[in-house]
Amino acid sequence: MVEGQGLEGKTTANLETFLNGLWKENPVLVTILGMCPTLAVSNSVINAFSMGVATTFVLVMSNFLISLIRNLVPKQVRMATFIMIIATFVTVAEYVIQAISIEIHRSLGAFISLIVVNCIILGRAEAFASKNRVIPSILDGFGSGFGFTLAICCMGAIREVLGSGAFAGVDLFGPHYEPWVVMILPSGGFFIFGLLLLFSNWLNQRLKRKGA
Amino acid sequence: MEAKEEKKPSEKEQGSESVSMIRTLTIVAIISGILIVGAYQWTGPTIKKNKAEFLRKAIFQTLPQIKELKIFKEEPAGILVPLVGEEEKATRYFAGYDASGALVGVVVEAEGQGFQDVIRIIYAYSPEKKAIVGFKVLETKETPGLGDKIEKDPHFLENFEALDVRLDADQKSLVHPIEVVKIGNKKDLWQIDAITGATISSKAVGRMVNKSAGERVPVIEKNLSLLKGGS
Repeated sequence: MVEGQGLEGKTTANLETFLNGLWKENPVLVTILGMCPTLAVSNSVINAFSMGVATTFVLVMSNFLISLIRNLVPKQVRMATFIMIIATFVTVAEYVIQAISIEIHRSLGAFISLIVVNCIILGRAEAFASKNRVIPSILDGFGSGFGFTLAICCMGAIREVLGSGAFAGVDLFGPHYEPWVVMILPSGGFFIFGLLLLFSNWLNQRLKRKGA
Repeated sequence: MEAKEEKKPSEKEQGSESVSMIRTLTIVAIISGILIVGAYQWTGPTIKKNKAEFLRKAIFQTLPQIKELKIFKEEPAGILVPLVGEEEKATRYFAGYDASGALVGVVVEAEGQGFQDVIRIIYAYSPEKKAIVGFKVLETKETPGLGDKIEKDPHFLENFEALDVRLDADQKSLVHPIEVVKIGNKKDLWQIDAITGATISSKAVGRMVNKSAGERVPVIEKNLSLLKGGS
């Protein structure tokens, strides 16, 4: 089948599907799904980025496979089927991460396995991939995945700079900077998340008013 | 907007519906199985290599002056023999030698329950100083910013630059069990200054080092000539 099509969507519908996930229906900022990894592993940019990439991979692959077999799955067992497919790709992602870097695997810890229960993925499978053709489903996976990555990386960047005085592990302010430790603790995640929501809603409203 | 394709299976009788459910799940399970086995086969060797490489790097960090490493495993009755090939379950002793071939220290692994999950560490024992001279955390899921300081906190790591683990007269146990004390209260060489805000993690490390050293140091001392000979 056609896989890994570029972003140059053939039709505006495809492009719209992609952009929907990226911004208009951003899984983190608009539909507020997948909070567990968003809050838990956004304490550094590298963690956030790896989590985003792993989730995107699982989203795209499971959307692809689910869309491929959508007409063969009886609706009574669709959840079981979807979860099985998602869990498979999560396991694959876990092996690949371990093969790429033990350090990243160490810092993401249990949250890799928990991608299975990330509502973004099951949500996209149920709401989109099970009803649409393969190519739009793949694009939808990429859109939501990139949207998630974008949001979680924003969180990661803000929290790491404030909480550890570093960006992607590179020290920014020298040894005399007293890190704002609460920012890399769970409570800091909630603060930053709230502010990020505030900002994205403000931006959206502004854009809407301008457009109107 | 969304290309809709309504193609619901038409009304069927109960029996054939169950058959199709079972068939779908079986097929998906088989596909899943193949994908997972494929990924495991594909990444397995790299993962193993990465883990071994990570451990090796960690050992060289705990004993920076070493140039060469030899691995021994513990046989029953506390006899050490050189480890040939790879053995997953073996209790391993990593003997490090400097450029002239003299034994610098022996690195061993230890693990124990921390605040969140199992903490895995390695530490280096110097037979010459009768003390632990190096320490590194391999795996921890302790609270970021608090418990994970056992990995980085310079003051805490200082504890392991010369931690006394002298054996008693019959060479079977430590003269002074390792104790974890409140920060700033370290008086003796066998005490560990805890980290403020991470008492449980500090104590967990103290406990596992104490237990492991109590078992491993006697074995190292017993086999010292073998370890020094290097073969």
